[in-house]
Amino acid sequence: MLGLFKTPTRRVALADLPLQGEVKKEEHAMNLMLSDYTTKIPNNVSLAEDRQVLKALEGWHPGYLDWWNDMGPEGFQESLVYLRTAVSVDPKGWAKFDYVRMPEYRWGVLLAPQEEGRLVNFGQHKGEKAWQEIPGEYRAMLRRLVVIQGDTEPASVEQQRHLGKTAPSLYDMRNLFQVNVEEGRHLWAMVYLLQKYFGRDGREEADDLLRRRSGDADAPRMLGAFNEATPDWLSFFMFTFFTDRDGKMQLESLAQSGFDPLSRTCRFMLTEEAHHMFVGETGVGRVLQRTCEAMKAAGIDDPNEIAKVRALGVIDLPTIQKKVNLHYSLSLDLFGSEVSTNAANFYNAGLKGRFQETKIDDDHRLTNDIYKVLKMVDGKIAMVDEPALTALNMRLRDDYTQDCAKGVERWNKMIEKTGVSFRLELPHTAFHRQIGEFAKVQATPKGVIVPDSEWAKVRDDYLPSNDDGDFISSLMTPVSEAGKFAGWISAPKIGIDNKPGDFEYVKIEAA
Amino acid sequence: MNAPLKQHLIDPEICIRCNTCEETCPIDAVTHDDNNYVVDATICNYCMDCIAPCPTGAIDNWRVVTQPYSLDDQYSWSDLPVQAELEDGDSGVAIEALEDEIGALLEEARKGLGGKAVAPSSASKPTVNLYNRGKPAKATVTGNFRLTAEGAESDIRHIILDFGDQPFPALEGQSIGIVVPGEGPDGKAHAVRLYSVASSRDGEKPNANNLSLTVKREPNGIASNYLCDLPRGAKIDVTGPFGATFLLPNDPAANIIMICTGTGSAPFRAFTERRRRAMPGAPGRMLLFFGARRPEELPYFGPLQKVPDKLLGKFFCYSRVPGEPRVYVQDRIRNERAQIAKLLGDPQTHVYICGLKGMESGVDEAFADACRHASLDWQAIKPAMRESGRYHVETY
Repeated sequence: MLGLFKTPTRRVALADLPLQGEVKKEEHAMNLMLSDYTTKIPNNVSLAEDRQVLKALEGWHPGYLDWWNDMGPEGFQESLVYLRTAVSVDPKGWAKFDYVRMPEYRWGVLLAPQEEGRLVNFGQHKGEKAWQEIPGEYRAMLRRLVVIQGDTEPASVEQQRHLGKTAPSLYDMRNLFQVNVEEGRHLWAMVYLLQKYFGRDGREEADDLLRRRSGDADAPRMLGAFNEATPDWLSFFMFTFFTDRDGKMQLESLAQSGFDPLSRTCRFMLTEEAHHMFVGETGVGRVLQRTCEAMKAAGIDDPNEIAKVRALGVIDLPTIQKKVNLHYSLSLDLFGSEVSTNAANFYNAGLKGRFQETKIDDDHRLTNDIYKVLKMVDGKIAMVDEPALTALNMRLRDDYTQDCAKGVERWNKMIEKTGVSFRLELPHTAFHRQIGEFAKVQATPKGVIVPDSEWAKVRDDYLPSNDDGDFISSLMTPVSEAGKFAGWISAPKIGIDNKPGDFEYVKIEAA
Repeated sequence: MNAPLKQHLIDPEICIRCNTCEETCPIDAVTHDDNNYVVDATICNYCMDCIAPCPTGAIDNWRVVTQPYSLDDQYSWSDLPVQAELEDGDSGVAIEALEDEIGALLEEARKGLGGKAVAPSSASKPTVNLYNRGKPAKATVTGNFRLTAEGAESDIRHIILDFGDQPFPALEGQSIGIVVPGEGPDGKAHAVRLYSVASSRDGEKPNANNLSLTVKREPNGIASNYLCDLPRGAKIDVTGPFGATFLLPNDPAANIIMICTGTGSAPFRAFTERRRRAMPGAPGRMLLFFGARRPEELPYFGPLQKVPDKLLGKFFCYSRVPGEPRVYVQDRIRNERAQIAKLLGDPQTHVYICGLKGMESGVDEAFADACRHASLDWQAIKPAMRESGRYHVETY
């Protein structure tokens, strides 16, 4: 039974050091026998009693491990990584830190606690009791939502699999791997929903999530940004700041869902997503910090003295701005078309709400409301009134932009503190878009539409060029001595789990 | 002057405003404005629920203050204020307790260190003085077992205290204070007595909100007789947790040499249990030198036998077995001098001594001997270990 999840070495060690009398000893023994699955896969969904789902997950697990070994972090599967594992959803079980080999990470199935009397909070079913089972008419729609969200989770692990080899420190390497295992856990969460609520279709979708590959010509991941390579660590930080933040917005709006298990799943995932935001925000921040300090030390005042700055072995600020332009614009595409009947249907059906839906003060039906959307009108960019329901993607995207802007402002404060005169800015919505209204035009980061011929000339002023990429790549040499950092990035202000600066976050050669 | 208070603060420079802490706080002590996330000192009860979920570590900041920072103070910050020098304040020293009464007890227990006590660098951050005499935790006795054999001279007991729904985050190596009801002949309340926690941080039983103590009944001992006589179900007042340096390294590679007599074994039971639960198969070595008069008087003798040698190397030393030579912990250390010297020369090794003051000098000399044989200088190694948080003493 459950042979996959046995932890053979640990059972012997459970000697009864505590003197608790014979009864307690028997209890110990009992727990040992029953606890295989529940200890290996922390869960609060009574997996042990749910034979059907248990069987489905057991069937899926070997494929998952194969996928992790093939497509997970390359070269570090045997290393001991100081990781945070959630073993339950209460604050005490939230974050257990310890050294773990990644393939042995305890990917759990954890849902936020069920709220007594929770209701559907928006759309045509507003006020009904939240659904514990899927209403038949919404089955296909809901499956689509879960699969799209689920597909992004393994995708980013695939995109980032080569980065371990060039980690600028053990600290950063550990953060990368933490992000990776949590994406893995998010995949588990989505697969649980598929297997629990969608029967055979769900099981097939769960298998397909392991079949598609980021950037694969034949079976790519479903969304564009998740098929782009993450070639270097600055890209990784930008990705976690911008693209994972799209994930946060999507999860937040799915957490509003009237389908209660989806809501509870996403609510717990959000707490982990915060770690990814942290890696991105502080990662870019530390790159900026290092660049500004190096410029100051070398007496360079003009951030546009790119060659001089690069000669210091740090990434110049204009190039960082170009990376911001690239990743922000790619992430905007993830929100889909400006006008979307799908979004309207999801909302009407009570399946996917707005960001912080319950904190918004309106009728939560939106049938007669309008929302202002940027569109192309007669060759010009203009604000247009759209029905609020079909403009829901844009509303979420605007919330996303605001959230990004706050982080960018923190970066600017940091630059200002060092005394360097430079400000990072988010580019205009119309800049460098592949999806929606602005896909067919070229606009500058300021939002000025330029003809294609002109664009070809200025493209490299706004987006990373091959040369920029080569320069960044040239800096990507690994640093694996505890407490040391590559020259292009500052040390963090504080360690993970309050560890001291020279803590060995990854024991690379652990046998 | 107001009694100093440990105030919980969030570092605005590190915080990314993800709202996790505000979402997590069960009593809404965390709030925010457009600028910062802040903790309301009038609400926060140090339950620590928000600490682990914080992705940045910004949440885990503390200042000892006589006047807490207001919310408006905190909203206005762009970085944290430095710790102000308090009267009698000694910056750089770990705060082991906030109550003078307890601080003095711990200071006395650490005297054998011969210098400033420093926590192991990988130790978890302890919570200190969450409860005090004015605001004690209420614990329920859920177990009280005699550990020593029936015929043995000493009565040593294993006492389990349950805290119900009150947070009581005690790390291995920390102590708790027992408030004995009533007054002494001088009309003053009995002094609080300290006892080392004998269980792992996740509870005597995993994931239970309880802990255990190892208590020896002392003739005329006020607190020990009070504790040893407690029936199951009794409710008692507890303060603490206390201690911020005698803590377990949270690193599986750390070697740990533990030396104790009698009830000094309590923290080492906690250490061993923690490692067994949290990092089985840890590469670091654990050794226990345990002295008692006779096997029948060695607490946890039976269960200890069953702990595999791989997890814990055990050296029992008996000083009063009829017909046998008296063996003290220092004798066994000398016997193992090759192994000991090798460990003492390893920067991953931590030494802990807990028990009767009388053993300190003997152990010290035994270490010096072991080192000498290996051409090492204990007089140089010891202070270096102490300063890097790898040498610890708690004796009475």
